[in-house]
Amino acid sequence: MNTTSATSILVVENIYKTYGKTEILKGVSFTVNKGETKVIIGPSGAGKSTLLKCINQLIIPDRGRIFLNGEEVLHSHSHINRFRQKIGMVFQNFYLFDHITALENVEIALLKVKKMKRPEAREKALKELARVGMKDKAHLYPAELSGGQAQRVSIARALAMDPEVMLFDEPTSALDPELTGEVLEVMRNLAQGGVTMVVVTHEMGFASSVADEVMFMEEGKILESGPPSQIFFHPQEERTKKFLSRISELYGELNRNG
Amino acid sequence: MDSLLFIYQELLPELGKGLIVTLKLILFSIPFGLLTGILVAIGRVYGNHFLSSLSKLYVIFFKGCPLLLLLFIIYFGLPSLGITFSPFGASVLGFVLCNGAYTSEYIRGAIQSVKTGQMIAAQALGMTKWQAVFYIILPQAFRRALPGVGNEIIYLIKYSSLAYMLTCIELTGAGKIIAARTFRFTETFTVVGIIYLLMVFVATKILQWAEKKFSYPT
Amino acid sequence: MEGLSAVLESLPYIISGIPVTLGLVALSLLVGFALGVPMGVAMVYGNRVVIKIIQVFVFVLRGLPNLVLLFLFYFGIFPLLGWNLSPFTIGAITLGLRSAAYQTEIFRGAILSLGEGQMLAALSVGMSKNQAIWNIILPQALRLALPGWSNEYPILLTDSSVTYAIGVAEILTRGGQMVTRTYQPMPIYLTCALMFIFLNWGGMQIIQWGEKKAYIPGLGRKRETQ
Ligand SMILES: Nc1ncnc2c1ncn2[C@@H]1O[C@H](COP(=O)(O)OP(=O)(O)O)[C@@H](O)[C@H]1O
Ligand SMILES: [Mg+2]
Repeated sequence: MNTTSATSILVVENIYKTYGKTEILKGVSFTVNKGETKVIIGPSGAGKSTLLKCINQLIIPDRGRIFLNGEEVLHSHSHINRFRQKIGMVFQNFYLFDHITALENVEIALLKVKKMKRPEAREKALKELARVGMKDKAHLYPAELSGGQAQRVSIARALAMDPEVMLFDEPTSALDPELTGEVLEVMRNLAQGGVTMVVVTHEMGFASSVADEVMFMEEGKILESGPPSQIFFHPQEERTKKFLSRISELYGELNRNG
Repeated sequence: MDSLLFIYQELLPELGKGLIVTLKLILFSIPFGLLTGILVAIGRVYGNHFLSSLSKLYVIFFKGCPLLLLLFIIYFGLPSLGITFSPFGASVLGFVLCNGAYTSEYIRGAIQSVKTGQMIAAQALGMTKWQAVFYIILPQAFRRALPGVGNEIIYLIKYSSLAYMLTCIELTGAGKIIAARTFRFTETFTVVGIIYLLMVFVATKILQWAEKKFSYPT
Repeated sequence: MEGLSAVLESLPYIISGIPVTLGLVALSLLVGFALGVPMGVAMVYGNRVVIKIIQVFVFVLRGLPNLVLLFLFYFGIFPLLGWNLSPFTIGAITLGLRSAAYQTEIFRGAILSLGEGQMLAALSVGMSKNQAIWNIILPQALRLALPGWSNEYPILLTDSSVTYAIGVAEILTRGGQMVTRTYQPMPIYLTCALMFIFLNWGGMQIIQWGEKKAYIPGLGRKRETQ
């Protein structure tokens, strides 16, 4: 594993976030290198979604710094918009734009944000849809897609911007169990193809086979991190052990598809 | 200073008299409007073909006819058929007919949203259709219709000002008379407007309270 | 059949009030739309001061009787400002402002029913807030607002007759004039009523046709589940 700063794409430094009186993030730091996949696990309410939103400034953190390719993210509007283009985000509930087709969903930011010409944007959008196996459903509206298909389109929408990093917030949690496979498959291919990813997920099979590092997050802090083999089979912290045994009750033992 | 004196010494006492008429108009119209609304809704949903069509026609006519025009029909038109009203009476009748039409639509929607199982369950207990309607369906429907019915009461407060067009001197009319006499239109109608806003505010609070009180877990 | 002949005599004159009535309705809808959309957007995405100001505007314009607002403008504020506007213009402004208050609520509700995800997703692909509102939020919100918007038409149509009070030559005013001439109130007013009911029905047909045109799978189904 390469940890020199020369190849680190995303650096998250000491992020704090408070809502009202409750501190949600209490100093989170980590680094993601080019081509790496980092998986974040942790109980509901730990602050995982908040952390991902802080990374691309959908929520402005109270304190801490974020660097993308060595450049610090500043809080000015124009800067944030430019910066967000370089970070792809995939939401638990897809959040596809409901009034336009799958193809247009992938296309719209290319046209409006990247100011591409229409034929060029269309070609790019179709290429990204093909990448997630959704080219033949390009003309359908979001409501006409299954959850798994919608999530794959939303991945294509994020990929189309050629982001430096992709953030996934529990991309399979809202799906029927039989539909998670197709989405995980797409993500696995992306990871193998060298896409840099930060993934919040409870899919332990995916995590153990794809992740370079697993981070266990609880109560706004990263409690423990390391390679999957260590976190899953030799966790140091009592809390991590507890969490893992609860998860395996819910999702089945590891190894099953790992 | 001069304005304040005018408002306190001249305007408010006169408007007070008008306000009482406005309140009477509203308070007379609410119960009869509600009753009309319930009857029309029941006729529409549970009546035979004739009653149902009649209720439908009622709604189309009284929702489609502007209230001011309805007031003219009652006050100026009906006397030619030998039916005469005082300005106050004609206004109340117009408000009731109009309010009943709108209210009936909310109640009808609410009746239809009560699950059909409720009717079947009630009849299974040995209730007749009409017993089921009155004891089981309507109490549920009424609670569901309350926000819409309440909205119509707010409308009633505002539209009561149209009674002035039949020379029924209520709040707006009282304001118009003073304004025309003193040429203080802006001050007068601002104060008149504030009084309406207060009425609407109080009514909204009462309705919110009622909605909470009558709500049941669903 | 004095009634019938009075109606026949009056008909051409009253019918020429239809464009005036419809003109009032169309202008008011337009004014209401032009103000209501930005105010609805500002109610969701604006800062606290802007929201407070719009809330007061909405409360006042929804709470005032049309007649009082009309008198306030016609006899009070516009003469005070020294503006010499026609009764028709003042009628359209009054009804339009009132409609703006209602339309603000309609559009605010439509935007809120979209949920925050649409804005988050738009920002996450690099759109600015304005681009997101323009390209993602409004196209959906406007469609979701259609049912509420179509309620505005019959309300404005019937409300437009209040401009009788300041002498705008719409259907009711013309009807009233013919009544004083023919002394046949019942037949003439009933004719006016039928005209309003017909305009109501005709307008609703057009609106329903438009709603079908704007239909997109899945959009609008949302409304029912929320
Ligand atoms: N907008 C908000 N306002 C107040 N509290 C919030 C808000 N968003 C999230 N929270 C709280 O922050 C905590 C962490 O939420 P989240 O980041 O969604 O956790 P996770 O994704 O790990 O389940 C939760 O307790 C949640 O209730
Ligand atoms: Mg979460």
